[in-house]
Amino acid sequence: MSGTDIAFFLLALAAIAGGVTMLQLTNVVHMVIALVMTFFGIAGLYVLLSAEFVAVVQVLIYSGAITIIMLFAIMLTRHHTDQRERQTTGGVWHKAVAALSVIAFGLAVYFGIRQLDFGADGSALSGDNAKAIGKSLYSYYTIPFEIVSVILLVALIGAIVLAKKDGKGAEDE
Amino acid sequence: MTLSAYLALALILFCIGLYGALTKRNTVIVLICIELMLNAVNINFVAFAKYGAHPSVHGHVFALFAIAVAAAEAAVGLAALIAFYRSRKTVHVDEANSLKH
Repeated sequence: MSGTDIAFFLLALAAIAGGVTMLQLTNVVHMVIALVMTFFGIAGLYVLLSAEFVAVVQVLIYSGAITIIMLFAIMLTRHHTDQRERQTTGGVWHKAVAALSVIAFGLAVYFGIRQLDFGADGSALSGDNAKAIGKSLYSYYTIPFEIVSVILLVALIGAIVLAKKDGKGAEDE
Repeated sequence: MTLSAYLALALILFCIGLYGALTKRNTVIVLICIELMLNAVNINFVAFAKYGAHPSVHGHVFALFAIAVAAAEAAVGLAALIAFYRSRKTVHVDEANSLKH
C-alpha cells in the first residue's frame, strides 16, 4: 500500500465523513461548516489527481466564496431557530423511500463503474498543468470561456434584481 | 489508485447530496446538497482527465467551467431564496406551495 493510496483513503474518508455529518446535524450553520471539510477533502483529491490548479480553484470558490455566501443567506433569513422543529420534509416513509431509491441508484451505477478501466497509468499528466490549462482556455476553449463570463455577468445582475426590495414591498414594511 | 476508486467516491458523494436534496427542509441546505452533487461530477471530470482513454487537461477545463456555472447557480438560487423569504417569511421548501392549492 503506497503513500498515494493512504492519502486517497484519508481524503476520501474526510470527504464522506463531512457529507454524512452534514446529513446528521441539525444546526444549519454547523451543516455548512461540515461541508467545508468535504470541500477540502475534494481539493486534496484533485492534488492526488495531478490537478493542482483545479484544487486551488476548489479551495477558493467552494471553501471560500460559496460557503461564505451560504452563511450570509442563512444569517439573512434566520428569524427564530428552533432546534426541535422538523428538519426534513415528509415523515419516516418519505425518508425511507428516498433512501431506498438513492441506494438503488447508487448500486445500479456502482455495478456499471466497478470494472471500468481504460488502462491509463496516469503518467500523462504531470507538472505544468496550469500552463496547459491556460493555453487550452485561451485557444481551443475561447468561445466557451467568453460565454462563461457572460453567464457570470447575467447571474450577477439577476441575483441583484431578484434580491432587491421592490418599491411596493419596501413601502409595506 | 485506479479510476474506479475515484468514481466510487464520487458516486457516494453524489448519493449523499441526492438524499439530502430530496429530504432536507431548509432551502439553503438543499442548495448546498446540489453543490455537493456538482462537486461529485467535477471529481469524475478530473479523474477521467487523468485515467481516461485519452489523458489530457480538457477534463480540468470542463471542471473549471462546471465550477463557474455552479457558482452562478448558487448566487441566483440564494437570491431567489431571499426573495422567497421576504414574501413568505419562511425558508422551508415544503411551505413553498402557492401554486399547489
